Amino acid sequence: MSTDVRVPQQLPVTRHSAPQGVKLPIYMDNHATTPMDPRVLEEMLPYFMEKFGNAASRNHSFGWAGEEGVETARERIAKLIGATTKEIIFTSGATESDNLAIKGVAEMYREKGNHIITAVTEHKAVLDTCKRLEKYGYRVTYMPVQKDGLVDLDDLKRAMDDKTILVSIMFANNEIGVVQPATEIGKLCHERGVIFHTDATQAVGKIPIDVNKQNIDLMSISGHKMYGPKGVGALYVRRKNPRVQIAAIIDGGGHERGMRSGTLNVAGIVGLGKACAIASEEMSREAVQLGGLRDRLRDRIMSRLDETYINGSMEHRLPGNLNISFAYVEGESLLMGINDIAVSSGSACTSATLEPSYVLKALGTGDDLAHSSIRFGIGRFNTAAEVDYVADRVIETVERLRELSPLYEMAKEGINLKDVKWAGE
Amino acid sequence: MSYSDKVIDHYNNPRNVGSMDKSSADVGTGLVGAPECGDVMKLQIKVNRETNVIEEARFKTFGCGSAIASSSLATEWVKGKTVEEALTIKNMDIVKELSLPPVKIHCSVLAEDAIRAAIGDWKKKQESAKPVASAVAQ
Repeated sequence: MSTDVRVPQQLPVTRHSAPQGVKLPIYMDNHATTPMDPRVLEEMLPYFMEKFGNAASRNHSFGWAGEEGVETARERIAKLIGATTKEIIFTSGATESDNLAIKGVAEMYREKGNHIITAVTEHKAVLDTCKRLEKYGYRVTYMPVQKDGLVDLDDLKRAMDDKTILVSIMFANNEIGVVQPATEIGKLCHERGVIFHTDATQAVGKIPIDVNKQNIDLMSISGHKMYGPKGVGALYVRRKNPRVQIAAIIDGGGHERGMRSGTLNVAGIVGLGKACAIASEEMSREAVQLGGLRDRLRDRIMSRLDETYINGSMEHRLPGNLNISFAYVEGESLLMGINDIAVSSGSACTSATLEPSYVLKALGTGDDLAHSSIRFGIGRFNTAAEVDYVADRVIETVERLRELSPLYEMAKEGINLKDVKWAGE
Repeated sequence: MSYSDKVIDHYNNPRNVGSMDKSSADVGTGLVGAPECGDVMKLQIKVNRETNVIEEARFKTFGCGSAIASSSLATEWVKGKTVEEALTIKNMDIVKELSLPPVKIHCSVLAEDAIRAAIGDWKKKQESAKPVASAVAQ
C-alpha cells in the first residue's frame, strides 16, 4: 500500500486505559506485515545454529540438513497452492518474485510479442516493473477497474492482441482486499496462449488457491504477510500445460533451477514452509473467524457514524480487510487520534508522494474521500475485545474531529461541498 | 513520522475552536485550501472597530495534525494583535514554533493564508460599510 505504518510506540502515552483483556498498542495493520507465529519461529531456530549448512553443499551432513529443511518447505508451499515441488522457486520476497516473473517472461518471450497487460490498482512492485519494461520497448496496458475494484473481463479481452505475452493481475489487493476473478482471468489467458502471473502476496494462506484449477502460470508469494519471516518469498512457475519459462534476473551459481541464483536463506525458507503448513491446516476456520471480526468492526462503526463509506467490494474481499472513508475527517489526523492502534490511511499526508491512494482514486473515490480513508487489517492474533476497543476509539475520534472540521459544519448547514469554489483548486 | 510535543499539544487541546457569525460586520472569515488537497482551514477574527485590535479568533480545520496545530497556533497569535500586526505573522514563524518537518511546511503556508484571508474579508466589510455609514449621516 502507498500508506505507511503508524508506529504507536513513537507517539506519546495515550490517555486511554485498555479494557480488560486488551493490551495496548493494538496491531491491526496485517496487510503491511504480520507478526510471526510462534510455531514458525520454533521451527526456524535450529537453522540458525546447529543446522547452519549451505543447502547447496552436497557432500556433507551439514549441507544435507539444510537441503532437507528447504525441501520440506518446498513441499508445504506446493501443497498449499496445489503445485508440485519443482514449480516453487525461492526468492527474497514478493517484490523480487514480481520482478522475476514479469521481467523473466518479457525477456524469454520477446520474440513472441512485447505487450503486457496489468491493472492500475496493482502493487508498485508490478507497476514499476512494467514501467521499467516500457523503457525497453515493451507496450503496457494499465487496465482500469470497476467501482468495486474488480477488473472487467470484457475489458481484458479487448486489451489482448496478438503481441500480448503476459497478463499480471493481483489475486487480492493490499489496500482494499478485493479478490480478483483469477480463475476467469487465467482461463481467458490460456485460451489465447498468454501467460498469467498473479501477485498473491495478500491472498496466500488467507483464502484457498489452486494454481491448476485457477489457470495460474506464475504466482508471487511472501512470507511475512502470512505469519512467516520477512526477507523470504517464492515464485510459483508452471512446468506443464503450458510449460512456462523465465529468464533469470540474478545470475550466479545456478540455484533454483537456474532461475534464481544465490545461497538459499534456509531459516527463512523453513519459516515460510511452516507458515504454509499452518495455513493449510487452519485457513478455513481462520477465514470464518476473521470475517466475523471484520463484520463486527464494520457494523459497530457504521451503526454509530453516518457518512462512512466502504471502499471496494464487500462480496469479493479478503476476510480480514476493511477499508472505510470517514467523510469530513482527514486520515492522518484520525491516525493521530487513535495512536494506540496501528492501522493505515490512504491519506496523502501519510505517503511520501503527498498524493492520496492511487488505488482508491482508481475506484472513482473522490480525492476528498481518499484522504479520509483508513485500512484495517485484522489478523490471526486479533480478538473481539480488541475489535470493540478499536471501533469505539475510531467512533470517538471521528466525532471529535468532525466537530473540528469546517467541512462537516458546512455540510450540516446544507452546503454542497462540490459546489464550493475552493481557493486551492 | 513523529510529531513534536507542541503539535501533539495543539492536536489534543486545540485552542479557540469554533465559529462566529460570519455575517457580522466585525467578523472576518478566511476559508482556504480544498478538500481534494486534504487541507481546509476556516479562520475567523473579531476586530474592535475603534482600535483595530483582534479581540477574538476561532478556527475549524480539516487536515492532518500539523494543519490543525498550525491553525490553532495562528488563532492564539492573532488574538490581541492589531490587524496590521497580525499581517506580519509569517509561515516560517509557525514552522519554527511547531518544529514542522519539510513535508508539513504547506500546513503553515495555509495558516498564513487563512490569517490573510480573514483580515482581507474583514477589511472588505469595513470598506463596503463606509458609504452606508455616510449615507446615514447625511
